Amino acid sequence: MRKLLVIVLLAVITFAMVTTVLEMPTFGDPANPTNNEVPERYVQETIRETGVLNVIAAIITDYRAFDTLGEATVLFVAIAAALSTLKAH
Amino acid sequence: MEDIIVRYISRIIVPFVQLYGLYVILHGHLSPGGGFSGGAIFAASMILYALSFNLSAGTKKLSHDVSSVLESGGALIFAGMGLLAVLLGTNFLGNRAAGFPLGIPGNLFSGGAIMVITFGVGIKVASTMITLFYSLIEGEGHSHD
Repeated sequence: MRKLLVIVLLAVITFAMVTTVLEMPTFGDPANPTNNEVPERYVQETIRETGVLNVIAAIITDYRAFDTLGEATVLFVAIAAALSTLKAH
Repeated sequence: MEDIIVRYISRIIVPFVQLYGLYVILHGHLSPGGGFSGGAIFAASMILYALSFNLSAGTKKLSHDVSSVLESGGALIFAGMGLLAVLLGTNFLGNRAAGFPLGIPGNLFSGGAIMVITFGVGIKVASTMITLFYSLIEGEGHSHD
């Protein structure tokens, strides 16, 4: 009974995932919804605005540096929590 | 582990891995990579060292005090660059607007705050991975004693 339930659940999840993948727009299609003015701005203005060649580095450490600071904070909190848990024993 | 081959090979390999990690961190604004990946490569070299020798040899190279200073130092460099931009009269973590020198695109020293921030993130990721690994191994050692 339990195995049957697991199989049905997995089948439902597989169906949902496969239909999602099939609904995705074609890779590299110029008409994709992600090809709007935001990546255009990044590609055209990164060198003038930040002076770096790596657009990804410009995005994560300049345009969205606040987000990266939050990521670094997550690392800091994770290591603090892990150390306080491990050192307690 | 008392394997002479593993020890000898890792002794040769570790400096090159560390150099490559530093290269990935410092060229984060020019080539693929950056603080997170470069820090992970650098930490992998220290983990390899601690695995092939033993933990006390690893902690001798990078003690807990040093790694906690590095841990906080990386985050402080990042936040400090943001606050420096505020002091220079623009938004938190501003780069060109704060007047940091952008340099010639393609040079190693270019991009203003980006290089410093990448370096801070690299230090932080490396020390996080090393500290976590050492602490886990230490905890295991105590439970078996």
